Amino acid sequence: MSIQSPHVRWFSDCDSNMIEEVGGKCSSLGELIQAGVRVPPGFAVTTAAYREFMSANTVLCEVEAMLAGIDHDDIARLETVSQEIRERIQQTPFSTRMEDEIAHFYTRLSLVCCMPATPVAVRSSATAEDLPGASFAGQQDTYLWIRGVDDILDRVRRCTASLFTARAIAYRQKMRFRHTDVGISVGVQKMANSFTAGVMFTLNPSNGDRSSVVIDANFGFGESVVSGEVTPDQFRVNKVSLEVMERNISDKTILYTVDHKAHKTVKAEVPDERRKVQSVTDEELTELARMAKAIERHYGRPMDIEWAIDKDMPKGSNVFILQARPETVWSGKDGAASTAVGGTSSPLDHILANMLAGKKLVH
Amino acid sequence: MGNKSSFPCPHDLETIPGTEGWERMYPYQYQFVTDDEERRTYEADAFWFYDGLHYPEPLCPFDTIWDEAWYLALSQNNTRVFSVPPVFGVDHRIINGYPYISPVPVKDPKVVEARVAHFMERAGYYYSNWAELEANWEAKMRSTIDSLEKLKIPTLPELEDISFVTDGLGESSGYHLLRAYDQLIDLGIRCWQYHFEFLNLGYAAYVTFLDFCQKIFPDIQAQRVTQMVSGIDVIMYRPDEELKKLARLAASLGVDASLSGNPRLADVQGVMKGSENGRKWLAAFEEARYPWFNISTGTGWYHHDRSWNDEPDVPLSSICMYAEKLRRGESLDRPLEAIRKERDSITAEYRALIANEQDRAAFDQLLNTAKTVFPYVENHLFYVEHWFHSVFWNKVREVSRIMVEHGMIEDVEDIWYLRRGEIKDALWDMVTAWATGVKPRGAFTLPKEIGWRKEVLQKFREWSPPPAVGTAPEVIQEPFTIVLWGVTNESLKSWSDIQDCDDPDNIRAFKGFAGSPGTVEGKARVCRTVEDICRLEAGEILVSPTTSPSWAPVFSKIGACVTDVGGVMSHAAIVCREYGMPAVVGTGHATKIIKTGQMIRVNGSTGEITIL
Repeated sequence: MSIQSPHVRWFSDCDSNMIEEVGGKCSSLGELIQAGVRVPPGFAVTTAAYREFMSANTVLCEVEAMLAGIDHDDIARLETVSQEIRERIQQTPFSTRMEDEIAHFYTRLSLVCCMPATPVAVRSSATAEDLPGASFAGQQDTYLWIRGVDDILDRVRRCTASLFTARAIAYRQKMRFRHTDVGISVGVQKMANSFTAGVMFTLNPSNGDRSSVVIDANFGFGESVVSGEVTPDQFRVNKVSLEVMERNISDKTILYTVDHKAHKTVKAEVPDERRKVQSVTDEELTELARMAKAIERHYGRPMDIEWAIDKDMPKGSNVFILQARPETVWSGKDGAASTAVGGTSSPLDHILANMLAGKKLVH
Repeated sequence: MGNKSSFPCPHDLETIPGTEGWERMYPYQYQFVTDDEERRTYEADAFWFYDGLHYPEPLCPFDTIWDEAWYLALSQNNTRVFSVPPVFGVDHRIINGYPYISPVPVKDPKVVEARVAHFMERAGYYYSNWAELEANWEAKMRSTIDSLEKLKIPTLPELEDISFVTDGLGESSGYHLLRAYDQLIDLGIRCWQYHFEFLNLGYAAYVTFLDFCQKIFPDIQAQRVTQMVSGIDVIMYRPDEELKKLARLAASLGVDASLSGNPRLADVQGVMKGSENGRKWLAAFEEARYPWFNISTGTGWYHHDRSWNDEPDVPLSSICMYAEKLRRGESLDRPLEAIRKERDSITAEYRALIANEQDRAAFDQLLNTAKTVFPYVENHLFYVEHWFHSVFWNKVREVSRIMVEHGMIEDVEDIWYLRRGEIKDALWDMVTAWATGVKPRGAFTLPKEIGWRKEVLQKFREWSPPPAVGTAPEVIQEPFTIVLWGVTNESLKSWSDIQDCDDPDNIRAFKGFAGSPGTVEGKARVCRTVEDICRLEAGEILVSPTTSPSWAPVFSKIGACVTDVGGVMSHAAIVCREYGMPAVVGTGHATKIIKTGQMIRVNGSTGEITIL
């Protein structure tokens, strides 16, 4: 993966300082790799590529002209212009060089994933000044299960075009941001073809214990766990020794899988013989906990993490981290334990306080 | 009030047929009573748990001495010396030969408050002068043992030596015997006074560190906490180290050929005497015996727990095992360095996970205190239960031998069926009869009574003591109760579950305390006696009521350890952590459920035991 291009960048060459260049989504994936964990491999089509694309084809000038003097309250007008701009962008070809570069990265990615024309997710990765706008629903376009260079180029253009939805335009007009100043990056990432997936916390959400990693898991994609449609298997792993301390295997009724023709995930019933089977192996749990530990250490705070075990990848490189966010519930409660011991100072004070408290025998 | 655990009322237990009158074998205050309403109510409302940690079998009347000794020593330190605010002492009773104990809470909050200042002053003094006081303790202990070893038990001659006359002594051997017996008992009680000098405070410090860690890490297991205090050199490992040293010496002198299989000491001595180097080895062997072979093959609490010095073939077979290992090129070293490294890395990781500086400072302080008290907690065992007791039992046997000579009892080992007070009475009977030139009355009555008591004890042995009787309290504040005996809500529940189970053969999985981390599968060997221990094969899992420090050599051979009784500070748990092998302790009934030869899985991280 040594090719250097201003237009395309492997996630492994990204980090959190590159939001300007590859957007928030891609830079945080890069940061996870810097933390020492595995994410589904992929690359970012950079904001430099966007700018070159927009200026090389006079698109930018046309867009500027179309948006001149537009009123951010005139919704009907915004909608029409947005439509025109996005069509204009979607019809504009990339330069041959850029197409070649993207095709080259995609071919390399398929090689790494051991699968020709490997299915990918194509999603926009917004840059800093556009981030508040990005919180509008639908603006972060995501296209799943895309295969082949042509389809990828098409979806990259669509993601690029998503910079000019009516709401995004209205937002910038209102905030007086210049439309020509914003940029967008697009991430192209291997679809995690989850055999099992779920979420994990680098502390025990039920009691705030930071020496535990708690892992929720179900077969298929993580949606079933995140949405709460299924009671997932739950495991508690000791963060220090990485041993599985507690396991609750649930009756897992449904899972999400892929419909390759429709390019989307679909809900399905878990076959009877698998419903009460542990959905993730002890080995994988240890690996997940190890990754959770690395992520927490890297970010210096308790984290909430989405993960998947990929069935396309060989054992040993199939445990993927999809996303990591700061944990918020317990992290705000720092100091709870110390108030519980009453701000005492000498060991004897502790010993006395402890004796007086005693041990509950009957609950 | 929570729902009370269902344990039998102590007054409802039925007397085993044929043992009526058994109560006279033990001090009267040990009986559960119904004729005194105030005492009966107190007993029914209190919580009494069976001290199986120290008493896996019923007590012979004489052996009650140590129970009486610690009844006094533990309680006086809590109540009268250190003024432990929320608890007085630990009360004792005996049911069918099995001791039951009950921590006595201070119920009046005003009294608790009044005790606090005294506790801070007194306990504070001990904690801040720990090293100095501990050194002083060792000197007192050694001097007590020295007095015991020097104590002469005089026999009763036909005619006193002429020196009694020429020295103008005015005393007799009969009086000397009575005095020697009093001194012997007094030394025993004194030794147990010292036993508890530091123990209450030691456990309190230890429990506090444990609880603090569990407060900041609710998921942490007690054994992880104790692991942070492991790897400290304690004297209890010395006897085992001496055996290894002798094995190494034999190899370096080139005289280890006779150290193979299960030889008798006499045979080995025969061979060794034949060469210069062999004689050197024998000299080293004799030197190691005192004091390091004063180690009991049991817990030291029972008269029948013989020491390595009593049965030198036992340590000799361990020396042979070590010699064999050396011949195979294996190392005899305890993985002490590895354990310390793991201890340090675990401690550092947990410490780093603490969320704030204040807690981290408290953690450091309490860890240090726990490390300070730890050596005493383990070392006192060597001085008291092993060294002192080993010598003591044999001194009592000297007294017994004189009683046999005078026809008072039939066998040296019969003396244990008499209480220490009864022995004093019998000695008076014997000495006055000797002085008077008549037959002692006891020569007729004692053998009959002893015969009956033997039958009663046999019936007691066949009886299963319930894990607890009376009413479980909501809160336990007594520092020993949790850490040493492992009494918690969970353990009581699981004990009573198994107690209530109709068919122990059907139990395939049960739980105890996670004593030392790791998982191992292997063949079980249920060991109740030192003979069972000798049958252990490499990789087998030791399943026993409790363990003794003298079993140390087998810990380099077994795969894991399971005990019926004990908390995370029990000997088995400590030793397993030191050897880095899994242990599950305090299972309640492992020796009843598991059969020798069964394949079992021991998960020392979660406390689970599975019969495969």
